[in-house]
Amino acid sequence: MTITEIKNDIIEEFAMFDDWEERYQYMIDLGKTLPLIDGQYKTEDNIIKGCQSKVWVHADMKNDKIVFTADSDAIITKGIIAILIRVFSNQHPKDIIESDTDFIDQIGLKEHLSPTRANGLVSMIKKLKMYAVAYQTQLN
Amino acid sequence: MNGTLKHTNFDVETIRKDFPILQRKVNGKPLVYFDNAATSQTPQQVIDTIVDYYSNYNANIHRGVHTLSQEATDLYEQARLKIQKHFNAKHSHEIIMTSGTTHSINLVANGFSSLLEKGDEILVSALEHHSNIVPWQMLCERTGATLKVIPMNELGELVMSDYEALLSENTKLVFVNHISNALGTINPIEIIIDKAHQVGAAVLIDGAQSCPHLVPDVQALDVDFFVASAHKICGPTGVGMLYGKEEWLNKLPPYQGGGEMIAEVTFEKTTYADLPHKFEAGTPNICGGIAFGTALDYMNSIGFENIAAYEKELLIYGTQQLLEIEGLKIYGTSANKTSVISFNIEGIHPYDIGTILDKMGIAVRTGHHCAQPIMEFFNIPGTVRASFSFYNTKAEIDALVSGVKKAKMMLS
Repeated sequence: MTITEIKNDIIEEFAMFDDWEERYQYMIDLGKTLPLIDGQYKTEDNIIKGCQSKVWVHADMKNDKIVFTADSDAIITKGIIAILIRVFSNQHPKDIIESDTDFIDQIGLKEHLSPTRANGLVSMIKKLKMYAVAYQTQLN
Repeated sequence: MNGTLKHTNFDVETIRKDFPILQRKVNGKPLVYFDNAATSQTPQQVIDTIVDYYSNYNANIHRGVHTLSQEATDLYEQARLKIQKHFNAKHSHEIIMTSGTTHSINLVANGFSSLLEKGDEILVSALEHHSNIVPWQMLCERTGATLKVIPMNELGELVMSDYEALLSENTKLVFVNHISNALGTINPIEIIIDKAHQVGAAVLIDGAQSCPHLVPDVQALDVDFFVASAHKICGPTGVGMLYGKEEWLNKLPPYQGGGEMIAEVTFEKTTYADLPHKFEAGTPNICGGIAFGTALDYMNSIGFENIAAYEKELLIYGTQQLLEIEGLKIYGTSANKTSVISFNIEGIHPYDIGTILDKMGIAVRTGHHCAQPIMEFFNIPGTVRASFSFYNTKAEIDALVSGVKKAKMMLS
């Protein structure tokens, strides 16, 4: 599936919910499905420090596609990461570089991407893109 | 200035009407504001002062011959007198107007640069806010002095025997917050000051967290420096004060150079203005200073005895109700604490709880509260902190408790 197709799927899924509780419950459940980062990569180097919750990200290249794994110590943060990874993992670096995260706004989770949330997500998206740029350079 | 203050009997519903923000909704729910230790809300009387200032008195102070400037100067200096009276300072020139507690602390730390040398020691408590640690680390780097830490125990109290053991003739400064922002512990500052003076050390007390709850008497305390911020006491942000004993303030060199702080300037030499202006370079936060005075008037009209008694009631009620939640642990359990409850629920990150509470219109603080050493002590990433003020109600605490229960259910 392309990034756009996955995004549309997610938007459709979230459109089913009537209130914030259902949305958050779904997100919390998604957090439990997050492809977890291998213990050996859960290092200080791979940590993205938000003010409050910690986020770890790792990237591997398989068949010219980037596979992301991650973790966080906060479960709501984990839920958002799961959504982002579902969109960006198993994609070509070029497609990751060119895509945006506007869909987060459309599924009613915009507040989590505000820099004041201090949850490390903004830095995380930057890091995903940095990985994509780095792998794209290798492919060139 | 307008804004008459009337509060003879303590009635929380009447008091709440003074705070326009308490009427608003957040995420569709009535706001429950429990982040008072970060900043207090602003009563209409203080808002009126700010509007009134810019509508009628706005001018630069201390140098204009025109009427507006003189009126603004009078109001500003009246505010200084109100602050002096409130804290019972001996002289009004012992009150330095600053941008807040952090500015006040840095002013003192900078001043001590010229008074310290290698081998001197500075003591700070393990309960400090970052703003109370970093300036002293910087001061130690500049002077070669050593920073030592007064440890805390499991209850979140300072270990006084260790404090006494740390004191020596090398101790030049002791820095302790009156009340811990992260845990609410009230420190025994009378004893701390007395013991420090016995070895000839000066004491700075950070009153940012105590001033909303009680009235410190700087002369009775015999404290050398005392600092506070207006925005924790129903005043505006960006203004605060430093109290310093006259002899200490005379010893310290000026902090910043600029207008207001000079007596005479030639290219060869500048002579500094007398206290308090020596430390008040540049145009100050005039409106903020005046509103700081109104905020103190407001708090005093309600009465600090009333405030303390009511907040104690809220603390006891909140503690009882929250502890009924299984797996909830409170950090900072000293018998001597203010209306702050710092807690966690087993297995749940405080950030997650804070996020869910926000969806229900409940404002709490989550994280390390700029006091990472305390979090390291308890080996936790942070806490959820609910801090109550005199305008909060038991019904709001009930909303918090059901909010936490819901968060627990969703996150477990």
